[in-house]
Amino acid sequence: MSDQRGEPILEVTDLVKHFPLTQGILFKRQIGAVKAVDGVSLRLYPGETLGIVGESGCGKSTVAKLLMNLERPTSGAIRYKGEDISRLSGRALKAVRRNIQMVFQDPYTSLNPRMTVGDIIGEPYLIHPEVAPKGDRRKKVRELLDVVGLNPEYINRYPHQFSGGQRQRIGIARGLALNPEIIVADEPVSALDVSVQAQVINLMERLQAEFGLSYMFIAHDLSIVRHISDRVGVMYLGRIVEIGSDQEIYQYPTHPYTQALLSAVPVPDPVASGRRERIILAGDVPSPANPPSGCHFRTRCWKAQSLCAEVDPPLTVPGHLKDAGPPVAHPSACHFAGEKPEVTAE
Amino acid sequence: MPDRNSEPLGAQEDASAKALTVGTATEAEGAPRSLWTDAWHDLRRNPIFVLSALLILFLVLISLWPSLIASRSPVHCELGRSLEGPSAGHWFGFDTQGCDVYTRTVYGARASIAVGVCATLGVALLGALVGSLAGFFGGFWDTLLSRVTDVFFGIPMVLGAIVFLSMITLRGIWPVVLVIAALGWPPIARIARGAVITAKQNDYVQAARALGASNTRLLLRHIMPNAIAPVIVMATIVLGTFIALEATLSYLGVGLRPPTVSWGVDISAASDGMQFRNAPHILLYPAAALSITVLAFIMLGDAVRDALDPRLR
Repeated sequence: MSDQRGEPILEVTDLVKHFPLTQGILFKRQIGAVKAVDGVSLRLYPGETLGIVGESGCGKSTVAKLLMNLERPTSGAIRYKGEDISRLSGRALKAVRRNIQMVFQDPYTSLNPRMTVGDIIGEPYLIHPEVAPKGDRRKKVRELLDVVGLNPEYINRYPHQFSGGQRQRIGIARGLALNPEIIVADEPVSALDVSVQAQVINLMERLQAEFGLSYMFIAHDLSIVRHISDRVGVMYLGRIVEIGSDQEIYQYPTHPYTQALLSAVPVPDPVASGRRERIILAGDVPSPANPPSGCHFRTRCWKAQSLCAEVDPPLTVPGHLKDAGPPVAHPSACHFAGEKPEVTAE
Repeated sequence: MPDRNSEPLGAQEDASAKALTVGTATEAEGAPRSLWTDAWHDLRRNPIFVLSALLILFLVLISLWPSLIASRSPVHCELGRSLEGPSAGHWFGFDTQGCDVYTRTVYGARASIAVGVCATLGVALLGALVGSLAGFFGGFWDTLLSRVTDVFFGIPMVLGAIVFLSMITLRGIWPVVLVIAALGWPPIARIARGAVITAKQNDYVQAARALGASNTRLLLRHIMPNAIAPVIVMATIVLGTFIALEATLSYLGVGLRPPTVSWGVDISAASDGMQFRNAPHILLYPAAALSITVLAFIMLGDAVRDALDPRLR
């Protein structure tokens, strides 16, 4: 896949989002900033699924909100087919929104409880009347319900009459209504039961094949991300620390954080599990309001040296690994990146 | 590949949900049942709601058509029968002017209900507008509108109303309605602001925004319907207190004045100490009517809150 990618459909460069921390009631002054996203660059290619993993609070959801233009970035650019969409507003922004849609985490809060399923899925056509002529809309909503595996007769029901998995299907149908090219899925299955998770993931894969969608799949569940993604990016404290194909990340991780993360994945084989070394990280994630200098991970890293506090490691293929060739040589933001075969997931 | 196992599983899920729906709802398959329908379903079974609603329905009817149950005129008075006690033809007796207390009590409902309903409508509209703008736009507008709300919240209702009403010479129910509406909106604004902020954070509002919905659509379609319940509850409860406030202002001589017929005016006229000892009925009947009306509205508000508040379900 990586050979014939062509032009990226979405290109994010140096995306930064700082939330100001203010003090005072009437005269607010800024006393600092939560650096939720602190320099994220990535590319999404047509038809692929890019997984983003990371622990809570690492900025995954903020990246999703920035991509959807629900938050304005502090700096950086989001280019959709070459056009920077992060500064758009009004009509131009509305036009771009047709092509990028979102599936939300919690199916219990992402559907308006006062609207019927038909109104929820049909609302995109009211906002963008040019997509479907008036008489066709009801029919289109029924088709969408059918596409996501729900009975089209449920069109007049309210969200509270559905189970969590069915609600997530409704959310997906709403996202598909405008025929978007990109779907940003922010933890789309983490609120669901494991058995229902599989159904929704399978549905998303089927829709991707059917409509040629590109997915940005954000999750904290490593195995689900591995299952659905072509490429995976690992986030830590507002930055992407390692990115590559799922094989590169899961079998040949070179960044210490990725290695620690993978070593925590339970292995269903007791013999293999006993052989495997688990990396227990010391301490907590530093506050994003006051991240460490240099490499953000250095405070918890067993490889950290004085260089790590001084020089910020760039997200490129590490120089000393270039000779190794793929799959070991892939972008990893670490001065001392290197394999540690005993911790990989397989 | 994946759809091979997703289809039957999805169908299974649908089937189990169908079974679940059949268990909870006896209505026809696919019949819409909104939260309002659920609330109405609860309310019908609540005896407090039924009692207060019937009482309020009765009060509204007699304030629209008082002649339904009172055949005389409220201003037809015979001085000769002044302070006469209750009798077979005149159940509530006569007041100082020799007017029939029963007729005046019936006709008094109109002014009280009109002031209560109009003032509540004004308060609800003003409060909901200020509160939802502050909550929706946040930032500078929130700070500004919230401080203005605080300023108005700090004015004591009765004192403020006395000051304003004693400055104007215009009489009738409209000055009273306007003064109550102008001073009574802060609590509603605060509740509306909180409800809008809560509703605004829901993912479905973000989803609509991501679809490109305008602010108007977000407010009217997504935020308002989900934030209106607490405002309705609060409005029903304050309606009762506004009726009491009207009576208070009339009693103090700055609200409604004779010849307007109202419970407050009649209570004021009857509250002379000497008269109360000789003819307590002329104070007790309008006062009882007032208390029952206020109580009915407050009970209705309570019942509506119980039905609409999902946390009490």
